Amino acid sequence: MSEIALTPTPNPPGVEQAVALGLTRDEYALVTEKMGREPNEVELAMFSLLWSEHCSYKHSKKLLRTLPTVGPRVVMGPGENAGAVDIGDGWTIAFKVESHNHPSAVEPFQGAATGVGGILRDIFAIGARPIAVLDSLRFGEPDSERTRYLLDRAVAGIGHYGNSVGVANIGGEVYFEAPYETNCLVNAMALGLARRDDMIRSAAAGLGNVVILFGASTGRDGIGGASVLASAELGDEDESKRPTVQVGDPFAENKLIRCSLELLEKGLLVSLQDLGAAGLTSSASEMASAGAVGIDLDVGKVPLREADMAPFEIMVSESQERMLCVATPERVAEVLAVCAKWEVHGTAIGEVTDTRTMRILRDGEIVGEVPVEALVDDCPLYDLAPEKPSAPLYPAPRATIAADLPVRDTLLALLASPNVASRRPLFEQYDCLVGGRTARRPEESDAAVLAMPTGGAIGVSIDGSGRRVAIDPYHGTIEVVLECAANLACVGAEPLGLTNCLNFGNPEKPHIAWQLTESIRGLGDACRALGVPVVGGNVSLYNEGADGPIYPTPVIGMVGDIPDPLGGSPSGFVREGDAVGFAGWNTMPSLHGSELAKLRGEALPDALPETDVAHVTTVLAAIREAVRAGDLSSCHDVAEGGWLVAMAEACILGGLGADLGSESSVALTDEILFGEQPGGFIVSGSAETLARLGEKIPLDVFGTVGGDALVLGGDSWSLDELREAHGALAPLFP
Amino acid sequence: MKFGVVQFPGSCDDEDALHACARVGDAELLWHGERDLRGVDVVVVPGGFSYGDYLRVGAIARFSPLMEAVIEFAEGGGPTLGICNGFQVLCEAGLLPGALLPNAGVRFLCRQVDCEVVNTDTPFTRGLKREEILSMPVKHTTGRYYAPAEELAVMEQHGQVVLRYAGANPNGSSNDIAGVSNRDGNVFGLMPHLEHAVDPIHHSEDGLKLLVSAAGMVTGV
Repeated sequence: MSEIALTPTPNPPGVEQAVALGLTRDEYALVTEKMGREPNEVELAMFSLLWSEHCSYKHSKKLLRTLPTVGPRVVMGPGENAGAVDIGDGWTIAFKVESHNHPSAVEPFQGAATGVGGILRDIFAIGARPIAVLDSLRFGEPDSERTRYLLDRAVAGIGHYGNSVGVANIGGEVYFEAPYETNCLVNAMALGLARRDDMIRSAAAGLGNVVILFGASTGRDGIGGASVLASAELGDEDESKRPTVQVGDPFAENKLIRCSLELLEKGLLVSLQDLGAAGLTSSASEMASAGAVGIDLDVGKVPLREADMAPFEIMVSESQERMLCVATPERVAEVLAVCAKWEVHGTAIGEVTDTRTMRILRDGEIVGEVPVEALVDDCPLYDLAPEKPSAPLYPAPRATIAADLPVRDTLLALLASPNVASRRPLFEQYDCLVGGRTARRPEESDAAVLAMPTGGAIGVSIDGSGRRVAIDPYHGTIEVVLECAANLACVGAEPLGLTNCLNFGNPEKPHIAWQLTESIRGLGDACRALGVPVVGGNVSLYNEGADGPIYPTPVIGMVGDIPDPLGGSPSGFVREGDAVGFAGWNTMPSLHGSELAKLRGEALPDALPETDVAHVTTVLAAIREAVRAGDLSSCHDVAEGGWLVAMAEACILGGLGADLGSESSVALTDEILFGEQPGGFIVSGSAETLARLGEKIPLDVFGTVGGDALVLGGDSWSLDELREAHGALAPLFP
Repeated sequence: MKFGVVQFPGSCDDEDALHACARVGDAELLWHGERDLRGVDVVVVPGGFSYGDYLRVGAIARFSPLMEAVIEFAEGGGPTLGICNGFQVLCEAGLLPGALLPNAGVRFLCRQVDCEVVNTDTPFTRGLKREEILSMPVKHTTGRYYAPAEELAVMEQHGQVVLRYAGANPNGSSNDIAGVSNRDGNVFGLMPHLEHAVDPIHHSEDGLKLLVSAAGMVTGV
């Protein structure tokens, strides 16, 4: 990279162009001050991306710093491409959840597909072999044609990418609520397996080392994705944003994964980084920042899909399936040979310098020169101005059932509700088996279970809430974390760490700022109560459409440790004659914010009942120990729809009825049957083992597994009619 | 004895097939760009999306250098197994009759299914019993077996229908066909992923029986 001539910047694009690219006037002034001059086109493009909310977390970073991130099992925490926890014997699990909301709202198939591709690259960028994905989806009500289109295409996109790339999709969640009508949510989580010693960081190092780009060639797709699409509200002109959505190629990703792992296995790399949002700009400058070095990049060497791309386009392109690595000069030939084997266009495009500057060259001429620190570290961080709304932000849901529906019909209506009905029509479109590790498949247990090379296993769950967080961001978020941990408890998994994706509206609005602030406060408190560190995550803001903000939606992905891969309890009843018990609750649940209240069209209340977190923590530990001891034939956590819905699910999933007695000593009120609160479980097993569990936590034994009907009080439901109601989503996928 | 598992770019279940084979005998991967089968006794063409399958499934893979060697091996009587995408590749290569079409439901489908053993006179089923039920998962978009009626009749007559879906037919295959062989019986393709039914965590180890059969034929057990 010698023989360079500095070109002054005639005709700087100026402040108006900066505003059009998403910077504020103050931020532009700061850029000019840091540069000592106005930025040229290339430099402005780079700043507009790295100083976007999507890359800089400028509205959330201060809040995120309050979260607990350390723990004895944490191997990598926030700041790297993904977090990682120790699972013993020198093995680690890397995992992270990330959003791809706005691309999916504009073009659901490619938006969702590339969401999967992007999160996988975060995993193998740290040297972990991707082994699983999960997804968390939010759409409007399925009676809307647009929702059905988005759902169908997003599910197809997730399936297309995950199935073809060869990574198992082991679980997920989906909910339907009107506030997601325009702005759907597509969050994808990925997990990877690595030897602790083989993991690699992204920091560039070694003066004179070579920067190599490999993977797909670079095109004009996805230009401005991070700034234009991800960091602004959706509006009427979204059709025109389609060119900002990238197009995915899972075949290219499959080769990229195998190539990256082979490069690492052979010890050929100094560092590795994926190209995600903001493409080469963010990838290279973050590598330089982490290593406290500079990088010279020659965009003239980047393999292009279209020959006439301008330097700024090459620098900001979000073309998928690309990686950047650093190797010592003597290793370059070997690196390129491995790239050639996998046919992934390995090309040396730059070198590590000691300038602490990103220099962009084209054919020997400097076309951009930016101090790394200004680009990566100097973006201003903003304090939010939170304000609790005095009036409800969200209209009451539309009523779909009468308030005085009898219990018999209410249960069937709840089972058929889109938020409760079986997800089988979705997850059967995903390969949950490739890799051969899947010990518990979707709908088999409350959490997925993957066998590990340690001889043990991990449990994985992803959960989120919208409506209940909208009612009460603090308590609602605590409930999400507890729900995730409850799912893990059902398979005997002890939480090791969590990742989060915070999907919110525009944080510059005080009410959204309040939601975000309260939610993160709840997240931190829940993590501290459970002793689970946050090892990574992602924030997706500006999720608003013409009809207002989405429900605030923190999505939590949690990974836990299981001694025995065959040990977790299934959700459904297993054995005729087992005693049925209900474990956990020490208070009566309420219908506030419940699925039943939604179906009845009740307005959102202004608070949730406070959760006794200490009590729930005790319950989770007792359930986990009982599962690990093999005491429970089945274990299913009570969630949407409440107690009776969970009971019916245990019947449906196990293919066995339950007789809960035709006489009941307590009045079976709607609150008891359909109220919701954390920490409740439907368990089955021998009377003795349930009694043993009952010595530790509240537990009522009140029936027996068997027959082909669920019988309660004077009511009876045949398994067939329960199944039919629970199968309500099937018509959405004809 | 030794299994060789073909590895195309875009293969997904290659390593799972390798691990399944390694429970029964020696096993190694065979790279698509080479022509040497390294003296393996049984060739396995695994599942996945060979070369991305952006054209008709399996249509490009069958032209790979390694497939020339596989075709020669199979035509010489060598036991050759195609699983899912591998089944599609063997049909494209003309080693097996018929073709795989998009599922009746058009979507990708991942589901545990029961298969009935119809013919035990092949290297892969010789250790099984007729009408024995094997539980294995299917996962595919393009798994609907099709052959013209006259050809199906001939295949049925010659015992080339080796496995049939028992119970619900997941993809609309003709005659509920899950797996077929060539006339000589040494080339066998099936849609169910036997490599995902080889361990207690898979809830079924029935897939192993097919591999054990093939290994036994090689070693004379």
